Amino acid sequence: MLNTADILETINMIRQENLDIRTITMGISLFDCVSEDENRLCQKIYDKITTKAEHLVKTGEDIEKQYGIPIVNKRISVTPVSLIGGCLGKESYIKIAQTLDKAADTLGINFIGGFSALVDKGFTNSSKNLIAAIPEALTATNKVCSSVNVATTKAGINMDAIKLMGSTIKEAAYLTRDNNSIACAKLVVFANVPQDNPFMAGAFHGIGEPECVINVGVSGPGVVSSAIQRAGDCDLSQLADIIKKTAFKITRVGQLVASEAANRLNVPFGIIDLSLAPTPAIGDSVARILENMGLECCGAHGTTAALAMLNDAVKKGGVMASSHVGGLSGAFIPVSEDEGMIAAVANGSLSIEKLEAMTAVCSVGLDMIAIPGDTPDAVISGIIADEISIGVANNKTTAVRVIPAYGKKEGDEVEFGGLLGFAPVIKLNSNSPEKFISRGGRIPAPIHSLKN
Amino acid sequence: MKAVITVTGKDNVGIIAGVSSICAEKGVNILDITQSVLGDFFAMIMLADIQELNIPFAEFVDVLSEYGHSRSLEIHTMHEDIFNTMHHI
Repeated sequence: MLNTADILETINMIRQENLDIRTITMGISLFDCVSEDENRLCQKIYDKITTKAEHLVKTGEDIEKQYGIPIVNKRISVTPVSLIGGCLGKESYIKIAQTLDKAADTLGINFIGGFSALVDKGFTNSSKNLIAAIPEALTATNKVCSSVNVATTKAGINMDAIKLMGSTIKEAAYLTRDNNSIACAKLVVFANVPQDNPFMAGAFHGIGEPECVINVGVSGPGVVSSAIQRAGDCDLSQLADIIKKTAFKITRVGQLVASEAANRLNVPFGIIDLSLAPTPAIGDSVARILENMGLECCGAHGTTAALAMLNDAVKKGGVMASSHVGGLSGAFIPVSEDEGMIAAVANGSLSIEKLEAMTAVCSVGLDMIAIPGDTPDAVISGIIADEISIGVANNKTTAVRVIPAYGKKEGDEVEFGGLLGFAPVIKLNSNSPEKFISRGGRIPAPIHSLKN
Repeated sequence: MKAVITVTGKDNVGIIAGVSSICAEKGVNILDITQSVLGDFFAMIMLADIQELNIPFAEFVDVLSEYGHSRSLEIHTMHEDIFNTMHHI
């Protein structure tokens, strides 16, 4: 039986505390689109996506109405394009990206992910061609997101790929120099990339996934933050319990929406991504949760511990609320997309070194961080190598999405707009890792990868 | 199938009557009402049976919301499942 307090709590979460479903992402396999003819391949891709996802946006909107909860994004992820491009060259990959963009426009979705390559152990010809196409493809399109997995705990770290991604990111930044190097906001470098992630820019439809699937990402930093504020001066065990209960409630709504969407679209339900995904809006910040836990400012000593506890409690609370959990699952700490993180970087409390430490205990990694436009390629590769090694050594997903904003220097601001927000350009260590990066080769898989 | 209708705003004459008559017109049976008036502020939660609803649910949500706007009230209509899933295991 419903009681008034429960009803008011739910309504308050949605109206006052920004509870929303961050994304319903439909994963679509493109394996059956393969063709050696570029035009035929593109046509098949377009037809398949626009047919499978024809009702995605409308269904999302209907569910939004039914339950009175905003579903912020409706998105699509596809099979990593490098796996379906076959013998096609760089120019053809750019055309495929444009096809994906056109399909996204037709459907009215805001991002489509999967312009991706998996090169953790080495390159295939097609993955090389795809990576070569990334800067131009992301410049020629608006909604296409790209990701490259350069390492796994099992395979080790492909340092040649990391070197290549340093220059690829710089080129993407240069090509979109008139638009705040926006292409880099749509490009992620991963270690241990999940196959079923619904969140952009890293979403793609993994190789073991079914033909079509619905994955849902929940949000709700504001709800957790308010719950912590209401809890007052309790100890950390009690605080962990409060976070767990809140995460449970948030995730249950995600499960409800996911099941409903899967039913209505007649597509299997995949996973719920148990995440705290911030937005630049006031009251929707992960940094502010950490501050409500008792830190003067995000980045203070103690931040990593607070985040580790938050991340763990979110997972423990969420896991029982959902039948299948996957994706990135954890607290996100993108700088430009989190009002509290932006403030902490701007006032000097939060450095890239602290952010790196934080990524060892939460989901994703160095995310949406603006760095000086003249950062050398090797330094970007160094940032990636550090972050990726945290993922590989700790058997977790990590990623890098940095924006070397063309023409900007430390302390300047870069505006990306919308959910991508804005970011102050962060200070980097200026010493060069050039020789280390240029060695190339592979960093062997860690000893604990040998589990059999 | 039930829906929860919440109405908030400045108190004035005929709020319950207005909302109830729309419900009746659309085939919605009101099961329970709790309401309170704090000073000038009116708040009501209505539980309604939507089994016999004669228009699509999304449309019913809009009809009530538009009626709310015409009288400077916030009216939100939500399927009961969101409350049940969130608060009951």
